Amino acid sequence: MSLEDVENIKKHIEHFKKTLMELTETQSPKESVEHKIREMSAEVVDSNPYSRLMALQRMGIVKNYEDIRKFTVVIVGVGGVGSVTAEMLTRCGIGKLILFDYDKVELANMNRLFYQPAQAGLSKVTAASMTLTRINPDVKIETYNTNITLTTQFEEFLRVLQTGGISGNRVDLVLSCVDNYEARMTINTACNELALEWFESGVSENAVCGHIQYIVPGESACFACAPPLVVASEIDEKTLKKDGVCAASLPTTMGVVAGLLVQNTLKKLLHFGTISWYLGYNALADFFPSMMIKPNPNCTDSFCLKRQEEFKNRVIEEPVCKNEELPEDKVIHKDNEWGISLADDSIVVNQSIVTDKSTVADNSTAVLLDNSSELNNTIELVSTSITKNVSKNTSIKNEEEYLSLNDGLEFAYSSADKTATNEETLVKDTDLTVDDLRAQMALL
Amino acid sequence: MEGTKSILKTIPLLKTKAGPRDVDLWPQRLKEEYQSLIQSVKNNKDNDNDWFRLESNKEGTKWFGKCWVFQNQLKYEFDIEFDIPVTYPTTAPEIVLPELDGKTAKMYRGGKICLSDHFKPLWARNVPKFGISHALALGLGPWLAVEIPELIVRGVVKYKEKDDDK
Repeated sequence: MSLEDVENIKKHIEHFKKTLMELTETQSPKESVEHKIREMSAEVVDSNPYSRLMALQRMGIVKNYEDIRKFTVVIVGVGGVGSVTAEMLTRCGIGKLILFDYDKVELANMNRLFYQPAQAGLSKVTAASMTLTRINPDVKIETYNTNITLTTQFEEFLRVLQTGGISGNRVDLVLSCVDNYEARMTINTACNELALEWFESGVSENAVCGHIQYIVPGESACFACAPPLVVASEIDEKTLKKDGVCAASLPTTMGVVAGLLVQNTLKKLLHFGTISWYLGYNALADFFPSMMIKPNPNCTDSFCLKRQEEFKNRVIEEPVCKNEELPEDKVIHKDNEWGISLADDSIVVNQSIVTDKSTVADNSTAVLLDNSSELNNTIELVSTSITKNVSKNTSIKNEEEYLSLNDGLEFAYSSADKTATNEETLVKDTDLTVDDLRAQMALL
Repeated sequence: MEGTKSILKTIPLLKTKAGPRDVDLWPQRLKEEYQSLIQSVKNNKDNDNDWFRLESNKEGTKWFGKCWVFQNQLKYEFDIEFDIPVTYPTTAPEIVLPELDGKTAKMYRGGKICLSDHFKPLWARNVPKFGISHALALGLGPWLAVEIPELIVRGVVKYKEKDDDK
């Protein structure tokens, strides 16, 4: 037997192994049709998978935890961040998860969480669905092994967003866990068109920075409003070795980002706490910059402008203050034997932020100065959020103020060049048809 | 890089901002894409640097063709293919060289070439003026110039006789 034969046999075995795995996987959904969804009980017994989650309700953190059953969340990209996100939501007992990914599990993914070496070769959505169903059979899982950036598959993506909900309604939230600009922009296009809220998430290619961003079409900046906002990594681009590699990744950074993403998803769906508009993570400094970006009135996405108009009208019609301070529940203890009291820690928080700022500021300012000349047109749309630990002006009118954009954050690059193009350099008008031109091209 | 700059100056820029979902404007954009590509190939020929051919399906959403590199008087030829993304021209097409998939780390899954950090910002700044011809000249061209010689040296890419019959 030649070496080639052995290789062929090996390939066949691999193939059979995969077929077998896929077959075992397709059986489980059939079973789950008969499977009754378990009641979400608050009973504290070892056999109840929901007891610790329902305890959130008893403690008064969440009003109605069971509501989580009603929600459908779409996860686009089930890689390093998406798969962990899916597992967390599955364990939380989310109603339905819809997964999109066109990729396969590879051994090179094993430095991340969730997937197992034996799953190499399976499509990520199939492998994920297998594992998730085993973890919590109550969660409905729907998978699409497609690339949403392709025109043919985008229409299906839109349809799923509109009708994929538990009772055939629109989905509740879209989570972007993709690793490229094209897919993010595709999700942005879809969510602007459908006025769907979504979270963008990302980990930098050097694996030491990450972020999440909450996008409410019309209310906050969409992904096309400004160049992507990224966390300054304090790493000099020039010293970053890129020879022979495209990207690095760490399970830690991805886990942190997935955690932040799901935390904010839960807060949004179950209405507790405050949702971060943009929350960055700098792993090198353990620094979490945050801010809010307003929509760009000159956004290139026409649907974004439409949503902005709608949002303005909504604010005029119902001038409710969303950030109204809720009366704090005063907890009164019967006795206080040890004389325990809560200390006001707000000052301490501010101090620590200031220290962080000083370490990050140098680098980010340098980067921004570089691009300052081209940043004019984005200045107006940036404003800082009014959070406790970030006290910056809400309207930024000039470049200098713009440079004081929350420390540790920067745009991935400067925005589009709006200067008029020299007519000479443009293609000339032609009477030829596309077919004529195609024929001309073929003759070259 | 200076070479790229001067080549770039001779490639006509595009006018219409439209993707394949803009049913009304896409045919106009497609015409401009072809015009720009034709001029680009002509320029390359004039400069004795002819290095690619490209054609599309009827809708202009799928493109395929060939590119080639000369090394020690031998011609190394590769298939090119890519789709026009839904968000084009806001996002650049992701150029794929299927034969090289898995042969170099400077590639994403499926044989998508890994472009330099400069390419995407440059593209973003020039929406909608840049088209397919620019993606080739600024993206694929420099990638081939760096990667192919190395792949040949490493023996990963081997010279094939012109008529590829076994």
